[in-house]
Amino acid sequence: MTPLVELRGVDFAYPGSGTRRTRPFRLSEVSFEIAPGEILGVIGPNSAGKTTVIRLLSKVLEPLSGEILLEGKSLLTLTRWELARRVAVVPQDAPPAFPFTVEQLVLMGRYPHAPGRFFEGGEDLAIAREAMAATGVLGLAPCALESLSGGERQRATLARALAQQPRLLILDEPTAHLDLRYQAEVAGLLRRLNRERGVTILLVSHDLNLAAELSDRLLLLAEGRVARVGPPEEVLHESLLAKVYGCRVSVEKSPGSRLVVQVMWPEA
Amino acid sequence: MPTDARRLALALSALGAALLVVAAGALLVGSAAVSPRAILSVLLGGKPEGIEAVVVLNLRLPRIVVATLAGGALAVAGVAFQALTRNPLADPAILGVASGAAFGVVLAQLFGLGSTVAAALGLSAFAFAGAMVAAGVVYVIAATDGRLPLQTLLLTGVIVGLFFSSAITVVISLVDFNRLGGVIHWLLGNLAPISGGSLAVFAVLSAAGVWLVLGRARQLNLLALGEESAIQLGVDAERLKRRIFVGASLLTSCVVAFAGPIGFIGLIVPHTLRGFLGPDNRLLIPAALLGGGVFLLLADTLARTLVAPAELSVGVITAFCGAPFFVYVLRTRYRGIP
Repeated sequence: MTPLVELRGVDFAYPGSGTRRTRPFRLSEVSFEIAPGEILGVIGPNSAGKTTVIRLLSKVLEPLSGEILLEGKSLLTLTRWELARRVAVVPQDAPPAFPFTVEQLVLMGRYPHAPGRFFEGGEDLAIAREAMAATGVLGLAPCALESLSGGERQRATLARALAQQPRLLILDEPTAHLDLRYQAEVAGLLRRLNRERGVTILLVSHDLNLAAELSDRLLLLAEGRVARVGPPEEVLHESLLAKVYGCRVSVEKSPGSRLVVQVMWPEA
Repeated sequence: MPTDARRLALALSALGAALLVVAAGALLVGSAAVSPRAILSVLLGGKPEGIEAVVVLNLRLPRIVVATLAGGALAVAGVAFQALTRNPLADPAILGVASGAAFGVVLAQLFGLGSTVAAALGLSAFAFAGAMVAAGVVYVIAATDGRLPLQTLLLTGVIVGLFFSSAITVVISLVDFNRLGGVIHWLLGNLAPISGGSLAVFAVLSAAGVWLVLGRARQLNLLALGEESAIQLGVDAERLKRRIFVGASLLTSCVVAFAGPIGFIGLIVPHTLRGFLGPDNRLLIPAALLGGGVFLLLADTLARTLVAPAELSVGVITAFCGAPFFVYVLRTRYRGIP
């Protein structure tokens, strides 16, 4: 089966990185695949390159060398809207600069499907409403985004991404700033989207337990390189995590056979 | 018909009606007493000679056209700059762009331009160059990581504006005052009738500016989510920003060239319209075009009548309305936004 996404030896450095006051940062020789229908969790310490991977996959940035293929075709051959019909990104929560409503936000997800149109059509509205229903924000459709809670806004943004009808859904820290209830809600929603609609998901998270719980495979990045990729139980090793994160970590199987990663506090 | 298109049609009909009413008022009032019946007969083609015809056709009607055009152009430029900077307080005057254009116009005046079409084009070119330089400088100074934070943007705009105002003062001081006779009056905003050629150039350039901005209204909505999100939704953000930058600077500079640097229209009109229509630029931009016309025409009619038979500069009226409005918006609606 052709992978949905394939990165082959991707190198990247930000312009001016490593000069003067910026810390040197490079993505080196990053290669991995995302199979259709899987959930891939991307984990790693701060500045390991997680967000850079998202930016490369959505062509906000282009690799210095190496290739990124989507369904076997180089990203460079796709226009921005062609790409946006296939890959949707849910960024970290940030309300827009103007008080758009939930419905207006979700309709923005229809832009790549008809970039030349001035107004969205009836079909766009139907798809947007369906996406809002899927993430449970249909009742909030006429509300301004800035009036919502962080969790509601996150689900609205997720609905916007679903309205793009993407094959790959990328989420950047989907549960950051959310309390436990919303975390559980978002996690359940992602699993449902994956199982019921077959949406392929790339999930970037600092929450190793959430990533392990949701993902079929984990990709561990460290200092711009792939440290390991595989099923959660192969990646979440105490010694590997301790080396990559630079702190003591315990990994245990909970009674529900979930993997539980815990930081061991340094002794006082 | 989808709801958005219906709302747009509704808003445009309401604003169109308001424009007709205000325009009728502007035709009726003035220092020369002309009866409504005489105005009507002049408009319908009767009585082509006589004082009434001169007042209506050569003074009031051209003035109404210039005011409507200038107000519409400034309001659209305001919406465009606000979308571009993702900042609801951006305005051609506050950003210093209008001062840059004004400096360009003063320089052009040094060459003693006449009233031909070529002269009008030359004047616009100088104003446009000035506007682009000012907007570019503001952008470069205020941008941090591709964002334009509120305080930095406003401060930079004010400072760049002050710089160009000082430059204008320097030019005026150095040059024989007679060569710049009308400059002082023009600098405060002046909607006195302009030649037919100038009016045509003004109209064509404004139309081009509106086309540049309105044609990307949907993409501008996406830009409100941030540049990266807009790109990820399929927008070529760099091209979009360049196009809007050019369009908004063009709109600002042609108004400055033919009517002077009139402030605050680009702030008051879009903000008021947002209260009714929401932030969707596809509704806001066409509505601002008409709404700006209504507002400036109203302000100009007040400027002509408040101290009749003398006349205030229209920029004085818009500033008296705009300055408190700016403070109000800053203190209430956008309190605490970084």
